[in-house]
Amino acid sequence: MARQSNEAFFWVLFSAGGVVAALLIPVQLFLFAIAFPLGWLPAPSYEHLMALVRLPLVRIYLFVLCCLSLFHWAHRFRYTLYDGLQVKHLNEIIFTLCYGGAVIGTMVAAYLLWTIA
Amino acid sequence: MGAVKPETIRVEYAEFHPRWYRPPVSVYWWLKQRQYLTFILRELSSVFVALFVVMTLFQLWALKKGPEAYAQFQQWLQSPLVIALSIIGLFFVVFHSITWFNLTPSAMPVRLGGKRLPAFLVAAPSYVAWAVVSAIVAWLVLR
Repeated sequence: MARQSNEAFFWVLFSAGGVVAALLIPVQLFLFAIAFPLGWLPAPSYEHLMALVRLPLVRIYLFVLCCLSLFHWAHRFRYTLYDGLQVKHLNEIIFTLCYGGAVIGTMVAAYLLWTIA
Repeated sequence: MGAVKPETIRVEYAEFHPRWYRPPVSVYWWLKQRQYLTFILRELSSVFVALFVVMTLFQLWALKKGPEAYAQFQQWLQSPLVIALSIIGLFFVVFHSITWFNLTPSAMPVRLGGKRLPAFLVAAPSYVAWAVVSAIVAWLVLR
């Protein structure tokens, strides 16, 4: 388990990620993963999406969304395993996998958004 | 038992840890009550939040590779299994949004003139923000 002093830091990331995910993910998931694939709405063209992603503000937006959502997941999932499965002896592995995953995902997002345009 | 000599009786004393007594809880404790199940489902919504990020990263990767890769990515999103997962995912992320916004009044009680504002008035701005932000995102994408 993390030392007590780290807890507040991770909690702030969790909580910020919770807000960002709550506000932004439903609309994006609905559009890109349901409405466009099922043909309910006309899917945006490749060029339109590239034009959007070229805007620095959109890239910052996507980076913040990916990073904070991942840290939100890491914190919440860690405690779900902790409470739900009672796997106290695996705490360190779970901690490493959750936050390690969030860090790797953040780095991938940074790389993709940096090199995409 | 009177015949047994005291020195032959082996007694193992447990150490006394009064604060350590915890009744054993089943691993499936969260199936026992509806509130517990709701709690675990709320916590599990984070898995779909992470899966959404993974999808977004794949989308960016496909965009970066070019129009053909992006068309392939779109095709992948159309496969029935992915659609099913997306619908389940949408249910969970909306569940996350609602539970998150409804927590605001408990996390941040607002007082006005010494009285606590009713919970729905504290949560309402979050829902308004949700609607506005969703509309802006949809407008930018669909424009």
